[in-house]
Amino acid sequence: MPTLNHFLILSGMLFAIGTAGVFLRRNLITILLSIEIMLNAVNITFVAVGRYRGTVDGQIITFFVMTVAAAEAAVGLALVIALFRHRETLSPDAFTSLKW
Amino acid sequence: MEQFAFYVLAGVTILASLGVVSSRVPMHSVMLLIVSFGALAGLYVMLDAPFTAVTQIIVYAGAIMVLFLFVVMLLNQHREDEPEVMPASLLRRNLRAGVLLSVLLAIEVAWGLSQVGLRSFGTDPGEISAVSSVAQIGLALFTTHSFAFEVTSVLILVSMVGAVVIARREH
Repeated sequence: MPTLNHFLILSGMLFAIGTAGVFLRRNLITILLSIEIMLNAVNITFVAVGRYRGTVDGQIITFFVMTVAAAEAAVGLALVIALFRHRETLSPDAFTSLKW
Repeated sequence: MEQFAFYVLAGVTILASLGVVSSRVPMHSVMLLIVSFGALAGLYVMLDAPFTAVTQIIVYAGAIMVLFLFVVMLLNQHREDEPEVMPASLLRRNLRAGVLLSVLLAIEVAWGLSQVGLRSFGTDPGEISAVSSVAQIGLALFTTHSFAFEVTSVLILVSMVGAVVIARREH
């Protein structure tokens, strides 16, 4: 039976991969996907600690995180579409001005 | 046996996530992320959280990833046309800062885990059935956490209107 530590280490590795994606990639869609990886890394910590403490609260917070992730994906992708219409590119380096 | 299943699922999750971050084709990234979420759902089942596992499949792998797929197809960028290479000086500076930060994080995590020692999960059947029961989750969601639940509905409404307003074509 894997212990709580196994899940915490897995979560840390996933979060590191997501962070690396946000900082190293130059594509808006991949950056959004990396944020989803980070959110899932946090989710697995919540569920594992909730299981360890014997409460359902971890799963409930995970439920809320999923809702927020859905809202974030909807607004983020709408922004990506609006930006792509203006500049025909997905590179974040092309969007350095707040107003044009 | 369970140890073996954990390592298989964790390996699939990590490898698929690495693929998401390293793939140059956005479509492949989205597909690999769905694989990663499927393996994560298996890990939730191992943690006696079947409700969360099913929600993960339906909401994450189903709804959110379909949204991403729609946008990837809509923008129709098969490959990134621009070189993905940063200027060498910036890359070197980023690498130095990144290596420093990740080494610090690794030291912190290792220290924290060595302080707590190995913590195994409780094996009491009563506790397991309390954690995995959907009725318990529903009860807590609509009593203790009812305010957060109601606020979530406002959040979804706002983000729905916001997405429509932002993505609307201006005439």
